[in-house]
Amino acid sequence: MIVIRNARVLTSSGIEETSVVIDGDTVAAVGAEPEANGHQVIEAPGAWLGPGLVDLHVHLRDPGQTWKEDMVTGAKAAAAGGYTALVAMPNTEPPIDDRVTATAVAERAAGIEDVEIVTSGALTKGRSGEELADFDGMYDAGIRIFSDDGDSVPTAGLLSRAMAYLLDLPGALVAEHAEDRSVAGTGQLHEGAVASRLGLAGLPSLAEELVVARDLLLAATTGTRLHIQHVSTVGSLDLIRRAREEGVEVTCEVTPHHLALEETAVEGLDTNFKMYPPLRGRDDRTALIAALRDGTVDVVATDHAPHTTAEKEVPFEEAPRGVIGLETAAAVVSSKALGKDPELFFERMSIAPARIAGLSRHGRAVEKGSPANLVLFDPDRRWVPAGFASKSSNSPFVGMELTGRVLMTIREGKITYEGGSG
Amino acid sequence: MSGLVTLHGLGRERLTGILDKAEGYVGRGPSTDFSGATVTNAFFEPSTRTRLSFERAAHRLGAHVMSFSPELSSASKGESFKDTILTLTAIGTDVLIVRHRLADAAALAAGWSARPVINGGVGSREHPTQTLIDALTLRQEFGRLDGLRMAIVGDIRGSRVARGHLIALPTMGVELTLVGPTPFLPQENPWGVRTSTDLDDELGDVDVVYLLRIQAERGSAATIPSIAGYARRYGMNAERLSMMKPTGVVMHPGPMNRGVEIDDSIADGERSLVLRQVANGVPVRMAVITEALEGGR
Repeated sequence: MIVIRNARVLTSSGIEETSVVIDGDTVAAVGAEPEANGHQVIEAPGAWLGPGLVDLHVHLRDPGQTWKEDMVTGAKAAAAGGYTALVAMPNTEPPIDDRVTATAVAERAAGIEDVEIVTSGALTKGRSGEELADFDGMYDAGIRIFSDDGDSVPTAGLLSRAMAYLLDLPGALVAEHAEDRSVAGTGQLHEGAVASRLGLAGLPSLAEELVVARDLLLAATTGTRLHIQHVSTVGSLDLIRRAREEGVEVTCEVTPHHLALEETAVEGLDTNFKMYPPLRGRDDRTALIAALRDGTVDVVATDHAPHTTAEKEVPFEEAPRGVIGLETAAAVVSSKALGKDPELFFERMSIAPARIAGLSRHGRAVEKGSPANLVLFDPDRRWVPAGFASKSSNSPFVGMELTGRVLMTIREGKITYEGGSG
Repeated sequence: MSGLVTLHGLGRERLTGILDKAEGYVGRGPSTDFSGATVTNAFFEPSTRTRLSFERAAHRLGAHVMSFSPELSSASKGESFKDTILTLTAIGTDVLIVRHRLADAAALAAGWSARPVINGGVGSREHPTQTLIDALTLRQEFGRLDGLRMAIVGDIRGSRVARGHLIALPTMGVELTLVGPTPFLPQENPWGVRTSTDLDDELGDVDVVYLLRIQAERGSAATIPSIAGYARRYGMNAERLSMMKPTGVVMHPGPMNRGVEIDDSIADGERSLVLRQVANGVPVRMAVITEALEGGR
């Protein structure tokens, strides 16, 4: 048995300062302590105890690019970041686009202890944007989220056919990376003052917004659930708000780096600030924070995208896009976006993502009988990210002082991470 | 270490100092000031003027020149930029001159090589020696830089020369206007300079028309419907020259596309400073190499 005392606990009736007893894979009691001795007692005054974090958007690079990350190291990174469940993107090698690959990946994921990994599947065969992937096969293998992440489905016709088909598969969700390549071109960073000054090709907000607008129209027409990945612009938020008012079933996510950083961070052309969508302007960042608070944005997802130092230590324009995020997300989101509000924090980082992904053992308030998938988080602890449990260290937050540190992560009653003292 | 990766952050005094030093090299014969030193031209992109005038500048200072061309080297076998820079450094060089299509190449090379690096033109970001050459040429022509008005005409978006000018010429008192069709003007204007899409409107006000080539290799040609249309709206010809002040001059960093941005009669005419710009490449680069070699000692 594990007893966590005096933490601020997210219960079904809000935040309560109380004790929680974990027995086996279940929360055995809230507010009462066992009489017998011999159990592990953790004193956690001031720390937040809530459902383990859930990330709808990670790249585990497994199979095919395991020099960057694999399920084992990705799970360790997740545990260190307070996560108990992940949705892995299907842009692996080979891409997850049929029954055989989906089954093999699901079997491997089932053997991972530190975190529950569910994989998503591609929308188009080989992620080529040309023909529909094997939805039935992947669905039978347990896949519910379908995305060509890294690319949008290039034509409206193809995406509308995917949406129409997936409407018949209960619980299926279309997740879109919004980027019109004909507008994005060779863009490297946000098309703003920094791109103009440095003479680098810009990625206009329009490249994202065109696809968001198109996808919302398609979702409105077909009635399929739509999730917009890594929203980054004021314009996208406006489109999503308007569509929702008109009854479109749409959810969306924002990354921690878009909440914390702006295009000016790219000025030095450090490749650990290169990702898609790019870091945007001040207005965008401010709007994203407001939207995360008011619920326009449902969840925070990291878009954890590991690349090795050798791959990133190249000229900016040749560097791969993407940054890691699992181990820094909780700190960044709580301190830089949500004003240390534990209820909102758990809603956006755990409850809503678990609901969207249909993960019933995650994202639940801490009460007697609920699954012991938990995170203990100290919102005030200061630290500077240096080493990572991830195989890669391409984080924009390296060397930056952050506030808020995961103290312990528990998956199904087992401690998967304990630390945060350094 | 005192290379020249960027003019950004250099004050008026420092910039003027480099020009003064360059002026001292004008017309000076060969010397043995730096015999035994090695200067490496690491040009990852084609170049005539820049490469040869750096070479001549180094020779005039008594230094050896090593030259690197990607198509004749292991870069064509896929050797990374970093490994190439480390290799050139390990072979031994006192100064590295880097020309590259990528914007951060000079800064990265400076970090990796631990030798002074001179930026020989990177990306669409900056070409600092060209900016110094043009400043020197203008100072010789007008006796001053303060208060001069220059219209930079053409593909500003794709131009490293224009961005170098935007960094340093206003510091030295030159007032810049960017002129071109909207697809050629930068999307944002962080410099706060004047912009215009109508060249004829600007001609009467400026002392210098500075013409740029369309950067076909950066895809700029595809952003306008036709080169001929561009030439009609922005090409410098006798009629447009007549709209300038009598003292007005025309400059071009080369290579010129005659008949597009500049007519033969202008390029070869007496109001053209083009060949003086080229000639000034040598003394300016002597000054910059000297600073690098002295700083590296």
